[in-house]
Amino acid sequence: MSQTLESLLRRKKPPDSRAIDRFIASNEFPLVDETGVTFVYRGKADEVRLQHWIYGLPSNQPLERLEGTDLWHLRIELPESSRIEYKFDVVNGEHNHWIVDPLNPRIASDPFGANSVCPGYGYRQPQWTLPDPSAHSGRFERLALTSHALGGRREVAVYLPARFRKTRRYPLLIIHDGPDFQRYGSLSTVLDNLVHRLEVSPMIVALIEAKERNREYAADAHHARFLTEELMPLLEETYPLVDGPEGRGLLGASFGAVASLHAAWKYPRKFGSLILLSGSFAFSDIGRHRRGASFDPVVRFVNEFRRRPTRPAERVYVSCGIYESLIYENRSLVPLLQRHGMEVRFSEVRDGHNWENWRDRMQDGLSWLFPGPLWMVYE
Amino acid sequence: MHPILLLGPQKPVPNLRPMLDALDVGGSVGVVSAGWQEREGELDELGEHIRRPVVDLALYARAEEVFARDRALFDDHRERQDRLKLLQRYHRIRLAHARAAARELFAADEPDRLMQTERRLAINALRHLDRQHLRQIRCIHADYRRRWPLEHHPELRRHRSAMAESLSRCAAVLIAGGHVAVLISRLRLFDFQTLAADRPVVAWSGGAMALAERIVLFHDHPPHGAGDAEVFDLGLGLVPRMVLLPHAQARLSLDDPERVSLFARRFAPAVCAGLENGSGLRWNREQLESATGVSRLCASGEVAELRP
Repeated sequence: MSQTLESLLRRKKPPDSRAIDRFIASNEFPLVDETGVTFVYRGKADEVRLQHWIYGLPSNQPLERLEGTDLWHLRIELPESSRIEYKFDVVNGEHNHWIVDPLNPRIASDPFGANSVCPGYGYRQPQWTLPDPSAHSGRFERLALTSHALGGRREVAVYLPARFRKTRRYPLLIIHDGPDFQRYGSLSTVLDNLVHRLEVSPMIVALIEAKERNREYAADAHHARFLTEELMPLLEETYPLVDGPEGRGLLGASFGAVASLHAAWKYPRKFGSLILLSGSFAFSDIGRHRRGASFDPVVRFVNEFRRRPTRPAERVYVSCGIYESLIYENRSLVPLLQRHGMEVRFSEVRDGHNWENWRDRMQDGLSWLFPGPLWMVYE
Repeated sequence: MHPILLLGPQKPVPNLRPMLDALDVGGSVGVVSAGWQEREGELDELGEHIRRPVVDLALYARAEEVFARDRALFDDHRERQDRLKLLQRYHRIRLAHARAAARELFAADEPDRLMQTERRLAINALRHLDRQHLRQIRCIHADYRRRWPLEHHPELRRHRSAMAESLSRCAAVLIAGGHVAVLISRLRLFDFQTLAADRPVVAWSGGAMALAERIVLFHDHPPHGAGDAEVFDLGLGLVPRMVLLPHAQARLSLDDPERVSLFARRFAPAVCAGLENGSGLRWNREQLESATGVSRLCASGEVAELRP
């Protein structure tokens, strides 16, 4: 039990409603200390359970009710600088609801809804992920193209950095699930800030999205063709881009990372840099994988890549949360890439498979692959 | 020798106007904003602030024009820049080891006499490296100048004449900061200091760095790498015995006495001067005349106020 909770009990056992009100009002929840976190829920319920996405730690853990009160609590160990997302499963009779923690205002959204965020001891949201009034804003333009590779019309949002000029040449980064990175990962704020801080080169960023994500991003040759034979030529024709693979990058998270590696593998020497975040690089050295049918093409590709590795890019940034089920696959990928002459930077973090993890990796990945003039500019 | 004013960054609150007014020179000013690269010449905000006419000396655009007209000069310029970049890369490798050794020795809690001697020698090694590096840089520049003497190049001479004509209408010269490598390269290409020699000069941030004898790049906590300050190039040498450090508070760990001490001792006897927004130095007849809000990195590890 956390010391804060113990102090509530020391005064009076069981504490009355007013004491609990005061306790709630005077603390931030969940209760975080150096060694762990105590989740607290207040309300009438038959059961309250913690739902989280920490691989290796049992989920669905029950909170314990403080006898004689409507206060529920559960303590788990959490290493320093962790960040986790969770919900409460509140059970009343035959009904149960997964809800965000009513006592915790920190929320992370994703395409499936929202989760409560628990920043572990020592975790601080990076300053560069927050709006900075002194940073000049980039702007978005929209491009549309008819894709023969994928069939049908595709729209792409293109981020142009602040002070964009046609007379200058810019590196290009194509981001899979780009609109979601913008919605849930503060993408334009991050880009504006990192460019403003001179840590990242001003760059043009194309935000793409799939119509059928599980198919298009699962090592799909049509998608790779769309990127390199349809989208890239259009971007090259429309914008002043740095020539050659050193000025071209692909970024993706989860299946988006698979799509990035696969496209670079299919079209070597097109993309010099890759940012692969929590890639779904499932493989099966022997037997069948157990990740469901949507992973079949991914496993085929990763198995093939592991059998006959090539050098799809020059520099690859790989990152994965240690609370993800994919950590083993990502760790396995790194030496494979290194052995074949690619320069790899691998970052393991105490986080899960979520947008804020991917947001928090942007500085590390982008400033390594597309460094800005930090050392040279003194305004 | 006319006075030289060295100012800190001009954002968020500029102090250029009061400093310029204190020079007591009226009329137009010539502006070098080559460090802004493509934004060179966007001087409306500056003009509004100083409330006097500004003349864009357009060094960046002039250099682009010269390079476009003379491919051989451009190719040679590019080759020199490539050599300098390569040299910097090699220097960085040597520096990283020397700097790591010095840092390790400085991290010891209770240094005995032997350790103190070793620390001194480690700093000497760094200073030796810096001197060697500058010597190499000087050779590369001299080699280029020998091949492209300014007086024999009609395009460069034409631009110099045009700038001299513009400057004849200016009471002072302002040099803005920005990309310090681009700035110093353009200033050097046109031998700008001889053009501006008979006028007061006011330079800020990267512009101030370019006036020193050597340009030192610095950042204690970049996203990647150890953050070892490095001697980058020769400056114009108008301000002797100073290493100028704009944004020192943001870029350096001034609360880390070891780093401060190492920095100060490495570049001594030059004064390592931190320039922040609102700060300024006045330099007259090769003497520091006054300083406002300028910090000084001390060998003791302290950061003190710089006094003339």
